[in-house]
This record gives sequence, structure tokens and C-alpha cells, in this order.
Amino acid sequence: MAQLKLSNLAKHFGAAVAVEHVDLEVRDGELVALLGPSGCGKTTTLRMVAGFVEPTAGQILIGGKDVTHAPPYARDTGMVFQSYALFPHMSVAQNVAFGLEMRRMGRAEREQGVLEALKLVKLDHLAERLPRELSGGQQQRVALARALAVNPSVFLLDEPLSNLDAKLRSEVRLQIRSLQQRLGLTTLIVTHDQEEALTMADRLVVMDRGKVLQVGTAEELYERPANAFVAGFVGRCNLISGFVDPGGVFRTDWGGEFAVPQESAPGKAIFALRPERVALRPGTGHGIPGRISAITYLGSLSEYHVDVSGNSFLVSMPPPPNDSPLRCLKIGDQVSLTWDVAAVRLLPFEPSSNQGEEP
Amino acid sequence: MMAVARRTLFRGWVLLAYMVIFAPVVMIVTISFFQQEIVSFPPDGLTLRWYWNAWQRPEFARGFVSSLQIAALATLIGVPIGTAAALALVRSPLPGRGAFNSLLLGPLAVPGVVCGAALYMFYVRAENFLDQDITATLGGLIAAHTLLTIPWTVRLVAASLQGLDRAAEEAAANLGARPFTVFRRITLPMMRPGIVAASMFSFIQSFENLDLTMLLVGPGRSTLPVAMLSYLEFRIDPTLAAVATVQILLVGILMAVTDRFVKLSRVI
Repeated sequence: MAQLKLSNLAKHFGAAVAVEHVDLEVRDGELVALLGPSGCGKTTTLRMVAGFVEPTAGQILIGGKDVTHAPPYARDTGMVFQSYALFPHMSVAQNVAFGLEMRRMGRAEREQGVLEALKLVKLDHLAERLPRELSGGQQQRVALARALAVNPSVFLLDEPLSNLDAKLRSEVRLQIRSLQQRLGLTTLIVTHDQEEALTMADRLVVMDRGKVLQVGTAEELYERPANAFVAGFVGRCNLISGFVDPGGVFRTDWGGEFAVPQESAPGKAIFALRPERVALRPGTGHGIPGRISAITYLGSLSEYHVDVSGNSFLVSMPPPPNDSPLRCLKIGDQVSLTWDVAAVRLLPFEPSSNQGEEP
Repeated sequence: MMAVARRTLFRGWVLLAYMVIFAPVVMIVTISFFQQEIVSFPPDGLTLRWYWNAWQRPEFARGFVSSLQIAALATLIGVPIGTAAALALVRSPLPGRGAFNSLLLGPLAVPGVVCGAALYMFYVRAENFLDQDITATLGGLIAAHTLLTIPWTVRLVAASLQGLDRAAEEAAANLGARPFTVFRRITLPMMRPGIVAASMFSFIQSFENLDLTMLLVGPGRSTLPVAMLSYLEFRIDPTLAAVATVQILLVGILMAVTDRFVKLSRVI
């Protein structure tokens, strides 16, 4: 059953369109991530679900009940804000108790609820502290506990990890995910961080300029992106515009010729190839010739930027073993690139696609 | 070496600035203990007789009580009004908010004497119209001082509202709180530092006001600053320094007490 259902949801601010034609179902216990660059409408969508933004058109159903025009306090959602939004004048316990108090819960029951929620995030020993006496990570967990304490039908997370440092972020990411799975929470999370979305979500919704571009699992989006934006935003991708000629060869705008899968339809298209699907060999004569313009060592991966007729090609692979000839490659060296034709995707041509760059 | 020299120089400047600021205060407090009537250095001796003298003069005692009364009531009336105005200015999509803001802050820019004269003329007309005394009454003075408290309140409370995290209010609504509950339980407590600071400033503004008040007092109804000015017209012994020292002490205590509730350095 769809615990949360958005149909044809739209929000216009005057003439500006923030969100348009959003259709989405979040199933019971599922975690769905809204992913996109800033200004893509993901936060506006989340705020419409919470009731802070009045939709211009469309419908929001929570647990089958139409809440499109219900005020925030009448919706059964639990939200975690980017800034945590803790009540600075209340202790941790009072913060967590607030929602239970609003539900007119008795004192004993309330204390029980607070304790349970704080135990979930392992903060029961800090119940009497004030928010400002806690670290950022602890404040974030209080915000989680506060939203969880009311046992909401839908759990909403607005960029919950963006104020944490990198190490803490991956830790909290796992904690949130395991909590969500253990409690079977129907969850909608907003993020601009593709890694966060890929690791946490059952399904991802990629948005750009107010529109949903593609909905699918991490694997679906990575392996079969619907367009160049998704290909560039979810993972990294070499994207080259050109056209497929009737002979089944892709001709780039700068005159290169690449083989493409047999069944490719002729016409304008974007050639997409993941950097880890490209093989690189020293010297010329084995494939597309190029020259190394930069090498980035990332520990578990090495990235090679290869200049092919003035266009940069990204190739990534695990660092080559010590005896490999690839080991001594340096900037300016001639190399040749090859790939399996089956790894190539041809995506619809879009004149003004900005390939997943932050604006 | 350079860094040390520069730091020493900087500290010197800071010290000098503080000395300039505090010199009059220190001077007044010192003079209040001098024995001779006409101030001269060095003092002939130290005494508390000027304090005794001030205590015995009825105009100071009465002025002090009046000033306290007026300041307290003007604060009590002005701060809620100013707070409501600040809320409307910062929060509502009111058209012409800029104009309202200037209007509310206006009294800060108009000299007190001008305000006082205008109020005096207004009061006289109102008296004629209503057939009711207004000038030189407690009510008239409180109304005038309320005008002094509003601009400060609007400024301080609006500043604290602007820095307030609205997400906390949204979080409360998300947890099931209705708008009035959100205001009472979340917004108001978060505004507390601004309101406390505004109350303190309002009180001090009213308590020490001379220029506006001067034109609105009458026989038998005076405030402490006006009483001090009248005294000065006839005598210049250190009694005034003694009264001023008591005033400084009072304001100091008020600030220290306020600071225990709200860190003043965070709102001013």
C-alpha cells in the first residue's frame, strides 16, 4: 500500500515554477530519496508534504487520507530539519516530549515515550542537557528522536546530514538507515548528495528544474539513466553529443567515430559511458588515441583525464599493480582507449542540458 | 617582536578608550565623597554628608519615586506594544513596512526637546478639549515616556526576531502544535533575550530622561533628573554627585541582574 502518494503536485511562486507534475508513491516502510541540485524543487516538494507550502495544484495522500490543504499540525508527519530546529530553551527530554504533549499524552506515558525515543538514538544519558550543550551530531540525533517519538505515518528528512563532517556523515547515514528499516518507517528524504541517496534509499527520484526526471533503484538509475542529466548526476559519466549515422556509427560533434550497439536508432544523441567501463593502454594503435592531461590518485581508485582531440575523457580504475606498464604513465603520455560496446548508452539529445552541475 | 609591539600598542589604545569612557563616571563618584562645597583638588577630607543631604531633601526622594513609577509603568505598557509592532514588522507581509518602521523609530531621531514641546502643545489642546488635566499628571508623563520606550523595543525585539530560527516554529507545528501554541511555547521564549533587553533599555531611557520630561512636569510632580536640574540652578555642591552615584549604582545593578537572565553582549 502507498503510505504517501503525491499526484500531479505543482507549486508556482508567481510566474516561477518551483515544482511541476510530481507523481510519486512511497510504499509502506520504503525509503525514497528526492535527489537533485539546489533549486530543483526537492525541498519544496518535501515542504508541501509537511504542510509548510500550499500546493498550487495536485493532491497529497497520507495513509489514504487527503491532506492536500490540511495545516501542518493536523498531518501525521515527523520531520527532521537541516538545521535540526531544536527548541533552544528546552532540555533534550523536553524537546522530545513536545510532540507527545501535543498529542495530550499522560505524564507517565510521555516519560516512557521520551526514554524509548532517546534510547533509539543512544542519548538517554543526556536527557537533561540543553541543545547548545551538545555536539552537532548529538543535536542531530535529538532531532531524530523528537520526530520518531510521535511515531509518525511518514518520516521526512530535509538534508539531515549536510551539517555534519564527512566521517560522522557516513556513520549517521547508516544509523538512520538501520533505524528506518528496523521500525519500518515510510520515509522521504531530500538530499543533493548522490552518495547519500545511493547508499540509503530503496528508490531514488532525480529532480531538475521542478520536474521529476527519473524514478528507480540506485542500480536502475546508474545502469539505465533516462537522460544525460541523470547519467551525470548519479555517478560520474562521460557524455558526448553527436549523432548516430545510418551505418550504426556514432559521430561526435568534433569528428570522432565511436562504435555503438547494433540496434541504435539513427539521429542526434548523447553518447554516455561510465569512466570505469573504459580501458586504457599505453601507446597508440589499440583504440581511440589520446593524451593524459591529469592523473588523480584516490587510494582505492585512480582517475585519468585523457585528452581526445581537445575533449576530456574520464577513465577510472583501481590503481594498477607495481609491475603494470600503466604504473609509469605520466601527464602528456600517449594512450589509447577501448571499451565494450555493450557498456555504451545512447541518451536522448537535449540542447541545453547542464550535466548535473550545481548551479 | 613586531607582533608583541603591535599587541602592546593595541592594548594601550583599548585602555585609553576605556579611560576616556569611564573618566566622568569615576570623577562623579569621587567628587560625591569630597568634603568641601566647591570642588577642588586635593579634597580637604572625605565625607558622606552629601548623601545625607540628598536623602533629606524631599524633592529628590519624591523625584526618585516618581521616576521609578513612571519608568516601570512606561516599560510595562511600551514593551508589549513595541513587541507587537516588531512582530508585525518582521513577520507579516504588510505593505509599507519600511514606512512603518521609520515612523516607529522616528522618536530616536527627533530631539527630545522638540518631542517634549510638541507633546506639551498637544496635551494643552487635549486638556481644553477633554476638560481634564494631562500635563504634570502621572498619566501624562507615563504616556510621554511610553513613546520613549517603543522605538527601543521595536529595534531590539525586531533584531532578535530576525536572528530567530523559523525552522524551530515549523518543527513545533510539525509535532502537532497549533499556531497559538507555537507562539506561546516556542516563539515567545525564543524572543525572551530581545524582550528582556528591550525592557531594560526602556526602563533606563525613561528613568534618566530629562529633555522631553522637562516640558511636561509641573509643581509637585517632578522626576529625579528634573529635580536635579532644578537643584543645580541654585547650588553646585556635591549633593548632585551623590545622587548621580546612587543612580549609577542602580543602573549597574539592573544591568547585572538582567545579565544573569540574558547575556547582554548577545543582544546589544
